[in-house]
Amino acid sequence: MTTSTRGSSSQRNKALPAVLVLEDGRTFSGRAYGAVGETFGEAVFSTGMTGYQETLTDPSYHRQVVVMTAPHIGNTGVNDEDPESQRIWVAGYVVRDPARIPSNWRSVRSLDEELTTQGVVGISGVDTRALTRHLRERGAMRVGIFSGDALPDAGTMLAKVRQAPEMKGADLSTQVATKEAYVVPAIGEKKFTVAAVDLGIKGMTPHRMAERGIEVHVLPATATVEDVYAVNPDGVFFSNGPGDPATADHPVSVMRGVLERKTPLFGICFGNQILGRALGFGTYKLKYGHRGINQPVQDRTTGKVEVTAHNHGFAVDAPLDKVSDTPFGRAEVSHVCLNDNVVEGLHLLDQPAFSVQYHPEAAAGPHDAAYLFDRFVSLMEGQRA
Amino acid sequence: MPKRTDIQSVLVIGSGPIVIGQAAEFDYSGTQACRVLKSEGLRVILVNSNPATIMTDPEIADATYVEPITPEFVEKIIAKERPDALLPTLGGQTALNTAISLHQAGTLEKYGVELIGANVEAINKGEDRDLFKEVVEEVNRKIGHGESARSVICHSMDDVLAGVEELGGYPVVVRPSFTMGGAGSGFAHDEDELRRIAGQGLTLSPTTEVLLEESILGWKEYELELMRDKNDNVVVVCSIENFDPMGVHTGDSITVAPAMTLTDREYQTLRDVGIAVIREVGVDTGGCNIQFAVNPEDGRVIVIEMNPRVSRSSALASKATGFPIAKIAARLAVGYTLDEIPNDITEKTPASFEPSLDYVVVKVPRFAFEKFPAADATLTTTMKSVGEAMAIGRNFPEALQKALRSLEKKGSQFDFAGEPGDKAALLEKSQVPTDGRINTVMQAIRAGATPQEVFDATKIDPWFVDQLFLVKEIADEIAGADKLGPEILAEAKRYGFSDAQIAAVRGLREDVVREVRHALGVRPVYKTVDTCAAEFAAKTPYFYSSYDEESEVAPREKPAVIILGSGPNRIGQGIEFDYSCVHASFALSDAGYETVMVNCNPETVSTDYDTSDRLYFEPLTLEDVLEIVHAETQAGPVAGVIVQLGGQTPLGLAQALKDNGVPIVGTSPEAIDLAEERGAFGRVLTEAGLPAPKYGTAFSFDEAKRIAAEIGYPVMVRPSYVLGGRGMEIVYDEPSLGEYLERHAGLISEHPVLIDRFLDDAIEIDVDALYDGHELYLGGVMEHIEEAGIHSGDSACALPPITLGGYDIKRLRASTEAIAKGVGVRGLINIQFAMAGDILYVLEANPRASRTVPFTSKATAVPLAKAAARISLGATVAELRAEGLLPKTGDGGTLPLDAPISVKEAVMPWSRFRDVHGRGVDTVLGPEMRSTGEVMGIDSVFGTAYAKSQAGAYGALPTKGRAFVSVANRDKRSMIFPARELVAHGFELLATSGTAEVLRRNGINATVVRKQSEGEGPNGEKTIVQLIHAGEVDLIVNTPYGTGGRLDGYDIRTAAVARSVPCLTTVQALAAAVQGIEAMNRGDVGVRSLQEHAEHLTAARD
Repeated sequence: MTTSTRGSSSQRNKALPAVLVLEDGRTFSGRAYGAVGETFGEAVFSTGMTGYQETLTDPSYHRQVVVMTAPHIGNTGVNDEDPESQRIWVAGYVVRDPARIPSNWRSVRSLDEELTTQGVVGISGVDTRALTRHLRERGAMRVGIFSGDALPDAGTMLAKVRQAPEMKGADLSTQVATKEAYVVPAIGEKKFTVAAVDLGIKGMTPHRMAERGIEVHVLPATATVEDVYAVNPDGVFFSNGPGDPATADHPVSVMRGVLERKTPLFGICFGNQILGRALGFGTYKLKYGHRGINQPVQDRTTGKVEVTAHNHGFAVDAPLDKVSDTPFGRAEVSHVCLNDNVVEGLHLLDQPAFSVQYHPEAAAGPHDAAYLFDRFVSLMEGQRA
Repeated sequence: MPKRTDIQSVLVIGSGPIVIGQAAEFDYSGTQACRVLKSEGLRVILVNSNPATIMTDPEIADATYVEPITPEFVEKIIAKERPDALLPTLGGQTALNTAISLHQAGTLEKYGVELIGANVEAINKGEDRDLFKEVVEEVNRKIGHGESARSVICHSMDDVLAGVEELGGYPVVVRPSFTMGGAGSGFAHDEDELRRIAGQGLTLSPTTEVLLEESILGWKEYELELMRDKNDNVVVVCSIENFDPMGVHTGDSITVAPAMTLTDREYQTLRDVGIAVIREVGVDTGGCNIQFAVNPEDGRVIVIEMNPRVSRSSALASKATGFPIAKIAARLAVGYTLDEIPNDITEKTPASFEPSLDYVVVKVPRFAFEKFPAADATLTTTMKSVGEAMAIGRNFPEALQKALRSLEKKGSQFDFAGEPGDKAALLEKSQVPTDGRINTVMQAIRAGATPQEVFDATKIDPWFVDQLFLVKEIADEIAGADKLGPEILAEAKRYGFSDAQIAAVRGLREDVVREVRHALGVRPVYKTVDTCAAEFAAKTPYFYSSYDEESEVAPREKPAVIILGSGPNRIGQGIEFDYSCVHASFALSDAGYETVMVNCNPETVSTDYDTSDRLYFEPLTLEDVLEIVHAETQAGPVAGVIVQLGGQTPLGLAQALKDNGVPIVGTSPEAIDLAEERGAFGRVLTEAGLPAPKYGTAFSFDEAKRIAAEIGYPVMVRPSYVLGGRGMEIVYDEPSLGEYLERHAGLISEHPVLIDRFLDDAIEIDVDALYDGHELYLGGVMEHIEEAGIHSGDSACALPPITLGGYDIKRLRASTEAIAKGVGVRGLINIQFAMAGDILYVLEANPRASRTVPFTSKATAVPLAKAAARISLGATVAELRAEGLLPKTGDGGTLPLDAPISVKEAVMPWSRFRDVHGRGVDTVLGPEMRSTGEVMGIDSVFGTAYAKSQAGAYGALPTKGRAFVSVANRDKRSMIFPARELVAHGFELLATSGTAEVLRRNGINATVVRKQSEGEGPNGEKTIVQLIHAGEVDLIVNTPYGTGGRLDGYDIRTAAVARSVPCLTTVQALAAAVQGIEAMNRGDVGVRSLQEHAEHLTAARD
């Protein structure tokens, strides 16, 4: 959804005006940041104070314009180790105070340069807190960023924003997922094989599995049950990804196939919503979603609280206080967000399958939930024994 | 699982007097904790010797013991109160050490008291260097990150040279083993230095051993504040990055929250290490602070230290994030888990999360080197600052500039007018960290330094350096703009420029800039500190200003009273003023007003978002206050602004606020001026028929000479308009007067110099009183123990006065009333009198809350500051008596005969300072205030109360042993009786020859010891200084000579400080000490809570 002119220097951009227009008509003016041009998407805010590189490259942000609540962005520049995928996925970027120079021993270029090179239209100098409060009160909505010397008039801009597609009903995972299957080898001794269905997977996820001796076969979003079992998996993984889970009929049917065979199964984020649907639960759009790295989630099996990384605008509608009967046996909500009681995890009591709505791979974010990968490993061990 | 049910009562230990490194932040945390515990239905027993604290207010705890925080006294309290548990993690190192002593002595076991919030093993692991090193090694084994600084142990010069190779080259730190106070340690930058330092170190070390450590000077420094609950849930509340790299104590560094220059991976590594450390140390529940050094070259992480308790940093983190660490620590200690505790600010989300900030917080330290001219002002790993200011902005430059102007110190703001100076010289100067280095750096930038040059000189992270360049570029834009248009003004404001700075750059007046700005509609908005970056709605109006788009100040109905706080703590203006502001807020809230607090000191109770209805964390400058008044006026009715409780800071703003149409309640700015201005005040005294010592105001040296000669030497000289006796000195002759004026050159041009007759041998008296325009309420009369001429803030005093009779009180009352009426006081007034012979002189009057208000209030069980706030808004003394806020009858001048005696003693920071040669600074008291804090001793008789005050301030007075006596000639006569008493109590007296002779003639035996100047005797007889260092002296009495420079006892007094031997520097203190020793020897010094004292007093009053 982005059109841009590339390669403009950051110095020149500084002077160029930019406007952010929300679909309800509220506008914010600022200065161009990154590429100059116009872009559209769903406006969401992220409260993480670190990890902008990981956020920008997280495929789940496809078609979203991300507002950073932390004012200073770009301080540590850009390095080549931290991206979560091959490119920046956000449709637009809204910050208050972009860094003028990067400072970090791993930095190889500035964020401004990176955004410009990748054609990501951004805006700086915005009252991001006012914008965040607006989104909190009114809910996530469509937005456009317009930058450059010749801005359209207000009416045109608003009309363009209102013409942009909505997130609800969007089927996006095939747009971001790999087209070809690939293998992430186990680090050290190989113990297991996992088929990972890529719905928008982040680089850190197969890495966390590889660290535990798992050889990860990352498969395209279009993979069939046959494709999954073609790799002789000890376990199957469904990744995170963008879009409305209500449209994800294909992954849901693949997951049902896996559940029927009782193969150990683990899902993250979109994968959690897919498990929810496979079990017969509904999904719904949250008013403004969870995006940040400070969300308190309680593991109801242990009572412990973990501080976790989130990026989801949809959630599973499952009963919190009882065990549900599903076509695959009894299921219950295993994790819940303590801020708002949103379902953050599901697990089956009669077969080895579980999922969480948040990001245990934690890039960016705290490592509190890394144990979930160990849980997946023990499910696979259990199946073997 | 909620609260434990097996704990019904808990003992909380406070941190005692304010000292450098342990200040008001522990009043904030302790107050929070006590309130929480009380609201949980527990009986809270508190011990804290510091009367200036909110936590020692009788309503905060159930039983409040203002008693010395020593294992002996705390044991008495435990024996009396029999608490179930002891919470030692909220009163700094003092509380932690006391708890450990009680544990080691078996006291806790004996009385069945459980230590909660931390266990002894965890405390030891956190505090002991070697044990902590093992903790870090274990953490590294488990998670693969974190290490201690590398070191090698060496026993010879060959070892040392090889060791440097092993550590990867110079510089290295050399630490000789087993030397006192780190003697002989230092940095070696090359082989020559290494041979010298390590050679000396090997000689000094009794085991011929030195530790060679890699230098981490110049690395990036970070802190994390963590909390853990009993279910092992851990959250990181805040990350803090030091602007100044490693080498400067974090208390003396400019610090920034959140961390600004870490990627997520690096931050998560610190977080992982921090969590692993808190687990490995085994902090059961509560907060802890962990410090890290990060190598800017490769990200290597070194764990420097951890504090298993709440700290100055945790107070800062609480204010910076809105996450109340102490409050939550208290809840965790009694059994709650983080997820069971609601987040106060959102009310609906739990505390088991990590705050996210959408603003930047900057803390800057406040130093007091001007009070200790001999002290070395280089910043090192020993903390030297006496206070701090914090500011919040939407970006770093805005927060930084607000913080710098919050310091209220001349030159603390960046100066863009005038010539910057020589680049090379400025860069060289900025290599050494000192107070104000950031200003030097800014001048270097103005002088043309490149970012690389600045980094090379200072090792300040390039991102921060660039932000300084950004500020400088904005200043250039302001200077270069055709006119002050809305764009350039908005841009300047966005980066924190004050109207005054803009005015200086443009060559305009500050008020002109403000007028232009207002006309153009460029005004700040107020944002909320909400812990969650706006993700959830905030219920707590905790505001900071920013030049952004949208304001969050909500409209209100009730009339608001805006209370101006006292800003950063400094010597002369500390926690006492915060106490009064907090009381005003409580009292006015009770009286139906909406209270609005303005302050910028993160260490205080006033800046707790719980204290007032609204909190503005803002600098106390005219500009910032005017904007707040404007914002609040738009939000609803404003009844007025209170300026008389926060010390000199708000008082200094009073007239300008009024001139800008702000309603000032209470004593009017004109009345304040009347008391401050010598001439006008003189007329008030004349009209009332009150004598003042002869004085004069000089605008030139000639005038000063003439006035001094007229008055007669000795005279007291000082600049006008000062607090805390800044620059005040007693001069004995004309040459000294000349020297004084030379040293304070520049003074005369700005403010006149006041010259007073110095009243030798007078008794000084302090009075705190309330006046409503008709009726006087005498709050309390304090008799100083030291003679006049010692600053009242540094002097010990007793209340009720111990030697004044009813007639004297009557005269004091009449004089106080006449002055209060003459000046036009509506609220509090503090007057200092001197009684010389039979004449009662008025030394000065301050129509505001004084430093002694909390002490007086506690000693008489009457909340004077609350009453003052009410009177300011129109209540009368009679009404307050009827209401019960003041006693129905009588006042502080008519205390019953059996009222307890309270003694206030000042606590001095001598041990913190060294001169450039590493020697201690002199400890003599004078007219310039230098104490950082105070303690109170309260008991039924003076001797015991005095002994308690000494025990609280410096450690208990000895009851036997060897006392060294050396006094000035004029004191010799008055020394005889107390000296005889010391002998009677079994002391062996040591004296220098002159004093010994006088004693012997009076039939008192004294062993003659050698003076330091005489050197060691032929048979190895030690000098007095050597004896003190050898630990062979238990009490020192050394009064400086009245004339002739006050220098002779320097070595003795500094040795006393080094060895922590009680040292009395006035003969009056000796007399009081003898009474104290007598009381202790009589045995059975009891403890009694303030509530019991108050009950007794109230009963006696009725």
